[in-house]
Amino acid sequence: MSPLLSDTALIFGRYARQTLRSHFQMLFGTLMPLLYLVFFGPLLTGLPLGSHGDSWQILVPGLLLQLGLFGAAFAGFAIIIEQNHGVVERMRVTPVSRLALLLGRVLRDALLFVFQAVLLVLAAVAMGLRAPFGGVLLGFVFVALFTAALAALSYALAFKVRTPQEFGPAVNALTMPSMLLSGLMLPMALGPRWLDVLSHFMPFRYLVDAMRAAYVGRYATEDMLYGTLTALALVALALTAGTRVFRTAAN
Amino acid sequence: MPLISTAGLSRTFTSKQGPVEAVRGIDLRVHPGEILGLLGPNGAGKTTTLRMLTTLLPPTGGAATVAGHDLFADPAGVRARIGYVAQSGGVDPSLTVREELATQGRLYRLGRAEAAARAEELAAELDFTALLDRKTTALSGGQRRRLDIAMGLTHRPPLLFLDEPTTGLDPASRAALWDLIRRLRADHGTTVVLTTHYLDEADALADRLVVVDEGRIVAEGTPAELKLRHAGSAEAALQEAFLAITGRGPAPQEEAPVAV
Ligand SMILES: Nc1ncnc2c1ncn2[C@@H]1O[C@H](COP(=O)(O)OP(=O)(O)O)[C@@H](O)[C@H]1O
Ligand SMILES: [Mg+2]
Repeated sequence: MSPLLSDTALIFGRYARQTLRSHFQMLFGTLMPLLYLVFFGPLLTGLPLGSHGDSWQILVPGLLLQLGLFGAAFAGFAIIIEQNHGVVERMRVTPVSRLALLLGRVLRDALLFVFQAVLLVLAAVAMGLRAPFGGVLLGFVFVALFTAALAALSYALAFKVRTPQEFGPAVNALTMPSMLLSGLMLPMALGPRWLDVLSHFMPFRYLVDAMRAAYVGRYATEDMLYGTLTALALVALALTAGTRVFRTAAN
Repeated sequence: MPLISTAGLSRTFTSKQGPVEAVRGIDLRVHPGEILGLLGPNGAGKTTTLRMLTTLLPPTGGAATVAGHDLFADPAGVRARIGYVAQSGGVDPSLTVREELATQGRLYRLGRAEAAARAEELAAELDFTALLDRKTTALSGGQRRRLDIAMGLTHRPPLLFLDEPTTGLDPASRAALWDLIRRLRADHGTTVVLTTHYLDEADALADRLVVVDEGRIVAEGTPAELKLRHAGSAEAALQEAFLAITGRGPAPQEEAPVAV
């Protein structure tokens, strides 16, 4: 096995084990999405949402991305704590691959999220979601890429700001507009024209549109193309920024 | 040939208040088998110097060769031959001693079985076998420090960097740690570079001292040489020499507890 692969597996294993051991995190991670589904989902049934598909096909992709957004954006908290214990420097002084230090963590974050996403979709199906199987699978790929990229950016940001007191507000300042301006909760087409136009400057919006397109089986569309490009660009950006930070670890 | 040699090594941080010249051109030579003490008050630039020499922090000026490898051209070559124990250690409080030692072995590219065996071996050598399955938080200060050092010794490096190894320890633990460091050199020929702001520690442990203040080397020599040169007698207290060199003593709260 190449050093990058075995190092990534090692780092992934370390953090995956820690996650599995923290029952609290596991419980909340799975419970939160279900609460949304049960208490928010029924509000939308029957409302005209100005998009393709029924309300579940619009709600579930948005919900998946929203949970991914908040889960992954705060991933950096863990690294601030680790940094205070000196764990990051201790690892950086070994020959371990710098990229693996990032990939192992990010892989854990993405996998944990996909696991939660699968549970959420199963519950949604029980409550009335009907969507093409291929589209749902594609949706998982989207969320996996999205959470991986976002988690990597979150780690990079955590290195820059260094304290939880700065990190929390900084993340909120980025996630709130992303959520509001991307049509996560309700499609942007519902709103006035200026809001719809404004939201096109929010890259996240293209992911939301692509996910919704996948859930109604509209694969060969512009929405899908732009969404895919956005996801790939985000991943490239995140891995570049993230690895750079692990290599030099912020002064 | 020296094991470490630097020329004009420096590091300027950019901060909101403007540039901070933490290290301003350090020329250092460390010879194989030496225990070298970097002595200086808080903020002198000791940690920054170690972080540069251990590849963790890119210098903003100067050149350095560490353990036969160029710091800039071959950081991986340096990493393979050095151990570094930061002041904060570096173990995760939620894991056990055994887990952390085994992971460290794997980070140094040992196989799974080898890493497990090395963990046992290190625990035996540094005398904490009974603690292997405890959480790292359940260790006393002195035990924690021995674990931190064991982590740094995983790959049997010929050169070990220790940042303030005994800060915050009780006198008995400090004395035990001094013994451990001397034993490392005696048994394995390990070269040790350690930082301290304790004068008694510098005096008792280091073969040679490099006194740093405000990012510069202000004096260099064996403890006896420094005393003779700066305090007028080899029998003087190192405190007097230090006072003469830096123009001030260590702050009262940095005063070392008397070792027993
Ligand atoms: N990441 C950093 N950003 C800005 N200034 C720093 C940073 N790290 C250290 N410094 C500054 O550099 C100087 C030297 O610090 P340090 O090397 O930690 O000293 P020592 O270890 O001798 O106590 C101090 O003034 C410190 O505030
Ligand atoms: Mg220091």
